[in-house]
Amino acid sequence: MNASNVTLALVVGALFAGGSYLLLQRSLLRIVLGFVLLGHAANLVLLVAGGPAGPAPVAGETGVPEAADPLPQAMAITAVVITLAVTALLLALADRSVTLRGDDDVPDAVEDALADREDTGQVEESR
Amino acid sequence: MMQTVLLLSVPVVLPLLAAGVSLLLSPFPIAQRVLGTAVLAAVLVDAAVLLSLVDSSGRQVLQAGGHPVPLGITLVADRFSALALVVAVVVCLAVLLYAIGQGSAERRIENVPSVFHPTYLVLVAGIALVLLTGDLFTLFVGFEVMLMASYVLTTLGPTVERVRAGMIYVSSSLTATILLLTTIGLVYAVTGTVNLAQLSELVPQLSPGLRDFLALLLLAVLGIKAAMVPLHWWLPDSYPAAPAPITAVFAALLTKVAVYAIVRTQTLLFPREEPWTLLLVLAAVTMLVGILGALAQHDLNRVLSFTLVSHIGFMLFGLAMSSVLGLTGTILYFVHHITVQAALFLVAGLVEQRRSTTELSRLGGLATAAPVLGALFLVPALSISGMPPLAGFLGKLALLQAAVADGTAQVLAVAGIALLTSLLTLAAMGRVWAAVFWGPPPAQRAPAGQEEDGAHEGDEAEPHRRTTTVRRAGRLRTVAAALAVSSGLAVAAGAGPLSAFAERAATDLADRAGYRTAVLDEGSNP
Repeated sequence: MNASNVTLALVVGALFAGGSYLLLQRSLLRIVLGFVLLGHAANLVLLVAGGPAGPAPVAGETGVPEAADPLPQAMAITAVVITLAVTALLLALADRSVTLRGDDDVPDAVEDALADREDTGQVEESR
Repeated sequence: MMQTVLLLSVPVVLPLLAAGVSLLLSPFPIAQRVLGTAVLAAVLVDAAVLLSLVDSSGRQVLQAGGHPVPLGITLVADRFSALALVVAVVVCLAVLLYAIGQGSAERRIENVPSVFHPTYLVLVAGIALVLLTGDLFTLFVGFEVMLMASYVLTTLGPTVERVRAGMIYVSSSLTATILLLTTIGLVYAVTGTVNLAQLSELVPQLSPGLRDFLALLLLAVLGIKAAMVPLHWWLPDSYPAAPAPITAVFAALLTKVAVYAIVRTQTLLFPREEPWTLLLVLAAVTMLVGILGALAQHDLNRVLSFTLVSHIGFMLFGLAMSSVLGLTGTILYFVHHITVQAALFLVAGLVEQRRSTTELSRLGGLATAAPVLGALFLVPALSISGMPPLAGFLGKLALLQAAVADGTAQVLAVAGIALLTSLLTLAAMGRVWAAVFWGPPPAQRAPAGQEEDGAHEGDEAEPHRRTTTVRRAGRLRTVAAALAVSSGLAVAAGAGPLSAFAERAATDLADRAGYRTAVLDEGSNP
């Protein structure tokens, strides 16, 4: 059950790193791309969790020991569907933000903006 | 057998099916309202029957589709989940009535039919799935169903403010979601199953390092969803922007469902004999940071949001004590917190409707202008501050008794912080009371043309005030808020039986072998 596939582990690591970097950006579009990468990383983790690759697990064609574990694959497909739906929603949100405010930047929190205002003594509107 | 199948599947399946029907009914708002209310009422009856069945004859288990244990979807109801389900559905019903009264539920945006009712039903189905599930992956799916619905509900009728809040809310929730999925992948890699009953057998056999690693991962990812300090950053920024009834149902249920998941996974997979120091510290920090945040806010909804964060700490405190008494306290506090948060946010919505703002400095004098509103606010406010004989006192008393029974220095220190937090909560609520209900009423202002809050509220309530049905709609809203408040009072009135029940539920939670037998034996002969 414990697969130690170094290549896949490195890929997962790289995807998590890239995804986290993109999450920290201002633009919602980049954040969405970050989530796409993170989603792939999580699905790869599920795949690796299923153990070594094997023939397709079809009842009556492949025996139980050599076939690939179908359960993580079922989980991964569920997760893919969910990520797809949320990505679509985030894109709609980004689009709405462009319509309403002219850009898709994630603004500062209200209280942060207030604190800034108190610090600098001036009203900052654009954020 | 048939009876169990029906009782366990109805809370999940019925709202989902009704959501589809409700979408088709969108040209007929009245039919949507009737359908939504009827479905929630049916689920409530179902949950109540389930509760009594579970209490009289033990855990109820359903293997969906008759698949054997590790493959199928397992639904399990024990005392804690059945109780949580009943309370959750009561609150959902009250909030639905409030939303209908507000009339915002069926508002069309441009010419897209409103999706409020279908989405709300999906939300209920998601909550029920999380509460009833018996495996980790279905837990994840339940969370996603619930969160997807919540994303839509927060950004319904998108104004600039809601888009801003929606971005923060969706991004943080989605991060937590992906981390939860990764954690589930890791759990599966180590144990080869995601079924909670099987995990409760396998996880304690792992090496201590690996076990603690998984425990921390699960605590952290669910902690984001539960708004546990320091993972609470998203909550006070996103909740207040949503329409009042939506904020109420989120505040009451979404974080609590995550707390339920924390309690379920930690008690079942990672049994502890000693108090858990890390969680004790986190609970203390959550209480203090939350309530200090509440004292510093200038907006009614934000004060309530920070209070919400603060009181998550009480439930974590009970869990951290790792004793049956502590868990009893957590369960009592859980029930109290759901009802009290819903009531407070619904009343805040009523205040907003009257004054078109939630900024404390622009409110005042409501005690004479609207005495009923004052009473509706006062009861949950005193309850959350832990004033006897209200429900909050019951929960806090149980937690403090558990702490005294435990008696170690670290637990007693956190109990001291809990007392301090209660006092500060009273101060925060007193401050709100003084600002909103006492003092001179604000000078009459033009209803429109204010900054953010006013403009945002303008599209919510102003057009309604002029319609002829306004008085009846307002009355329905007040009745719905009163229903939420009185469910809190019912908790206080039924304190004796409820405490006894909570203690039985906590014993259930600690009885891991019983859980395993119920699920696995049921699975072997479906």
